[in-house]
Amino acid sequence: MNSEDLLYFLIALPFAGSALAAILPANARNTEAWLAGSVMIAAFIIAAGLYPFISEGEALRNEIEWLPGSGLNFTLRMDGFAWMFSMLITGIGFLVVLYARYYMSPRDPVPRFFSFLLAFAGAMQGMVIAGNLILLAIFWELTSIFSFLLIGYWHHNAAAREGARMSLIITGTGGLCLLAGLILVGHIVGSYDLDSVLAAGDRIREHALYVPALVLILLGALTKSAQFPFHFWLPNAMTAPTPVSAYLHSATMVKAGVFLLTRLWPVLSGTDEWFFILGLAGMSTLLLSAYFAIFQQDLKGLLAYSTISHLGLITTLLSLGSPLAAVAAIFHMMNHATFKASLFMAAGIIDHEAGTRDMRKLSGLFSYMPITATLAMVASAAMAGVPLLNGFLSKEMFFAETLGQHSGSVLDGMLPYVATIAGAFAVTYSVRFIHTVFFGEKARDLPREPHEPPHWMRLPIEFLVLACLIVGIIPGMTVGPYLHTAVTSVLGEHTPQYSLAIWHGINTPLIMSVTALIGGVLLYLALKNYLARCEDGPPGLSHLKGQHIFDRMLVTLSWRWARWLEESFGTHRLQPQLFLVMLTALIAGSWPFFGAGIDFSSPILTGIDPVFAILWGIGVACALGAAYQAKYHRLAALILMGGAGLVTCITFVWFSAPDLAVTQLLVEIVTTVLILLGLRWLPKRVAQIDNASTPVAWTRRFRDLMLAVGCGGGMALIAYKAMTNAPLSDSIARFFLERAHSEGGGNNVVNVILVDFRGFDTFGEITVLGIVALTVYALLRRFRPAPDSIDIPEQQRRQNAFDDNHPDRSIGETVHDYLMVPSIVMQWMFPFIILLAVYFFLRGHDLPGGGFAAGITLAIGILLQYLASGTRWVEDRLYIRPVRWIGSGLLLAVLTGVGSWLFGFPFLTSHFDHLEIPLIGELPVATALFFDLGVLLLVVGATALMLIAIAHQSLRSYRTRSADTEKTGEED
Amino acid sequence: MELVLSLGIGILVGSGVWLLLRPRTYQVIIGLGLVSYAVNLFIFSMGRLVTDKPPVTQAGAQIDPTTFADPIPQALVLTAIVIGFATTALFLVVLLASRGLTGTDHVDGKEPDR
Repeated sequence: MNSEDLLYFLIALPFAGSALAAILPANARNTEAWLAGSVMIAAFIIAAGLYPFISEGEALRNEIEWLPGSGLNFTLRMDGFAWMFSMLITGIGFLVVLYARYYMSPRDPVPRFFSFLLAFAGAMQGMVIAGNLILLAIFWELTSIFSFLLIGYWHHNAAAREGARMSLIITGTGGLCLLAGLILVGHIVGSYDLDSVLAAGDRIREHALYVPALVLILLGALTKSAQFPFHFWLPNAMTAPTPVSAYLHSATMVKAGVFLLTRLWPVLSGTDEWFFILGLAGMSTLLLSAYFAIFQQDLKGLLAYSTISHLGLITTLLSLGSPLAAVAAIFHMMNHATFKASLFMAAGIIDHEAGTRDMRKLSGLFSYMPITATLAMVASAAMAGVPLLNGFLSKEMFFAETLGQHSGSVLDGMLPYVATIAGAFAVTYSVRFIHTVFFGEKARDLPREPHEPPHWMRLPIEFLVLACLIVGIIPGMTVGPYLHTAVTSVLGEHTPQYSLAIWHGINTPLIMSVTALIGGVLLYLALKNYLARCEDGPPGLSHLKGQHIFDRMLVTLSWRWARWLEESFGTHRLQPQLFLVMLTALIAGSWPFFGAGIDFSSPILTGIDPVFAILWGIGVACALGAAYQAKYHRLAALILMGGAGLVTCITFVWFSAPDLAVTQLLVEIVTTVLILLGLRWLPKRVAQIDNASTPVAWTRRFRDLMLAVGCGGGMALIAYKAMTNAPLSDSIARFFLERAHSEGGGNNVVNVILVDFRGFDTFGEITVLGIVALTVYALLRRFRPAPDSIDIPEQQRRQNAFDDNHPDRSIGETVHDYLMVPSIVMQWMFPFIILLAVYFFLRGHDLPGGGFAAGITLAIGILLQYLASGTRWVEDRLYIRPVRWIGSGLLLAVLTGVGSWLFGFPFLTSHFDHLEIPLIGELPVATALFFDLGVLLLVVGATALMLIAIAHQSLRSYRTRSADTEKTGEED
Repeated sequence: MELVLSLGIGILVGSGVWLLLRPRTYQVIIGLGLVSYAVNLFIFSMGRLVTDKPPVTQAGAQIDPTTFADPIPQALVLTAIVIGFATTALFLVVLLASRGLTGTDHVDGKEPDR
């Protein structure tokens, strides 16, 4: 296997593991942990094994075609920087899985947890090694979605749901901005390929669209990395299980923002816009969040704000635009991930073993858990930037960078002071964390008696803290080469000279560090008593919570404004809605003709046949009559509509469309019967009673009439113009006509198009038909007739009264014998109708007919029996299961399509042959015939199901009625 | 012929649109029926009006596309007829269910306030 192909495994492994984890039983905590751990460690080994291929500064690429038409390929690309992130994702991922095995309670549904966690790892991995901007955006969104699912893991907790929703809205919106920005960049460069984009830095920066693209991309990155003013989702995301906080919200996902900024740093940075937007956001985040962190009472809240602040530090570094600052940023990403993940895990252990994370309750835990306490102390020292630890190194580099000149603005001058103050705050909250929790008098009334956790749960922290120490003491010998590879892959030839030594002599950065350390400790001592009692949140600023602003905005946007819009412009009434739809259609349809006009100068006309003119005279009269009668004379309107349908049908015959005529005629029959069956359930309407003749009603009618005349006139005009244009000389019709017989094996071109050339469309269509039939059936199962429709119809009542008056007749005889002669005729016709259907079906490929027509014919045959002899009579004798017809029809159509796979052809490729059958003669046998048979079966089933379901309503209401009479009888 | 058919289509559309804007469900279903005839005829007529040239070929004969009606609008309309039937049936059932549920056949499910 090529090393390039291993890149796929990096993404595929976690996703496959995720799918597997989802189907394990709910209590398989150990199996889940083994699975997730193996996936993480395997991905880690693969990623580590790829190092030799990228250590020289080159990138490992793998490309397969994805959407070649849009110039998009599924490109994976790993260079030193992506490699560094891959190692963090898989390495810390493994430690988190180990930790989560002990953290999660046996009562938690762990399959969901590990499944989401692995899927997140896959998405994150995909994000860092995506070699194409669009692919990157897709994986970026996936990380948002899995973060949402993981924050809301304990979904019975309202705060978890809130936090999850907030994070999704903010990072999701940012993701959309990012996508727009990346598309702009792709537009500027002319390619979405990362290598091409990275090579086009000057072009992008000079382009007019640079600023919009930059702003959009920064919106994406700043929301993801929780930068001010979008920072507030991260503290709310702390409702997630602690392993999630340690993994997503400190080490990996929130780093996605700064990852992207670094990735595009060579292309986008170095301009004033870049410095001001990013610098302002970064510096305010750095300072404000560090300040907020001091006043948190929740351990995880403190760590969350500290994470935001450190991300602000990285953002500030990236904003400076100097290569050395970028080196510091990359180095700090790595360091922050190690110490912050370990701190989160330690916070989780304290929560787990002591039962609370509230720092007002916790104290003196050192004597209960000395090892964990020591580990936490080392990690927070790294967070505070104490020498000999990794946090110190990158912070020193940061301090050194703040001193340089970048744009000569006020922002520039403030930077060293901001950095020192933020550094002091970091020291304050780190000292507070350690001092409050582990020292002081022993806490009383804790929910649980604290003790050391199981050793395996502490192991990940030990490992990470060891890394902090080793990197802090001998940086050059440990991470040095890897950092260099990562830096070179981002900066290329601009890679500066830098040294990772821990001692640079007494210089300004060191003095800043010492000032921050001393200042921070002093600040803690000053605030100590206040902090032991105070409310959550910084004094004076508690009402200025981003969260509240966000909530208020959400309510305003999605509730107040939406309601206002709906009340002002919406209506629940159908008539105005349809009026607007029609009006819009009319305007849109006639728009192109305004100004341009229509040219009627050279129409190509065929002579008018008087018969045809008379025919349409009748058709038009039918249509107008139906429109006039539909309110009070429903039966008349139905008959008139049928008349218009017949005229349509004859028009099809007249103009060489026999297939259409046959189908139209048959459908006409079925539709009419269907509506006839429905008429019974509609209320009586008598003309004199509700004839509203107010001026308002007349105005409305006049308005509707004008619209109807407008639409009709417009359609007539367009139809006339289109018909009198010269026919298209060379349309695709030629293709179908020439190949119907040679390639489809049929002479009836329309049928060949339906079952062969466009068979897939027909397949979709019959599926729709089946779904509609099932929907009709399902709707009617719940059907309850209106009270005034329940009585038996007037005609039957009279017939029964007639029986009652005659001594030699019993009630129901007339109803039973009604239409006796026609019913005998129809029973005799049944076999012939079946024969007709078979005939239509068999000739369909060569002559007018086909599966649709045959299916409806057969359904009509069945229907006639129902009409003539009554539902009960038919169902005593015929065993019809329409749902099975639908199912088998669809199945046959699918199998015909799938059958062509067996011979190595695409879905629904047809094959045909002409068979010689004794007595019948030559018969074209195409696989399309089987497909057409499927169509037939489905059409029979669907039509019969709908009609029978409506017909059955009479029976059902009859049953309810008799049940009711029995009941009242008993009461009497 | 073109004039007759286009006038016919226009009047079918006009009657149909008028009915679509009426308050009773039954009027709307009849209106939909009329509009669907018109639309089918309109699509069909895009293949131009030709008589006695159905798109049925002779096996083995040389094929001249000008001697046949355009099969594509016909195939489209054939599908449309069947789907039109399905939607009419669905609408009918919704109409009946709504009438049973609300006790009125007004399109809004309640009688208008007078």
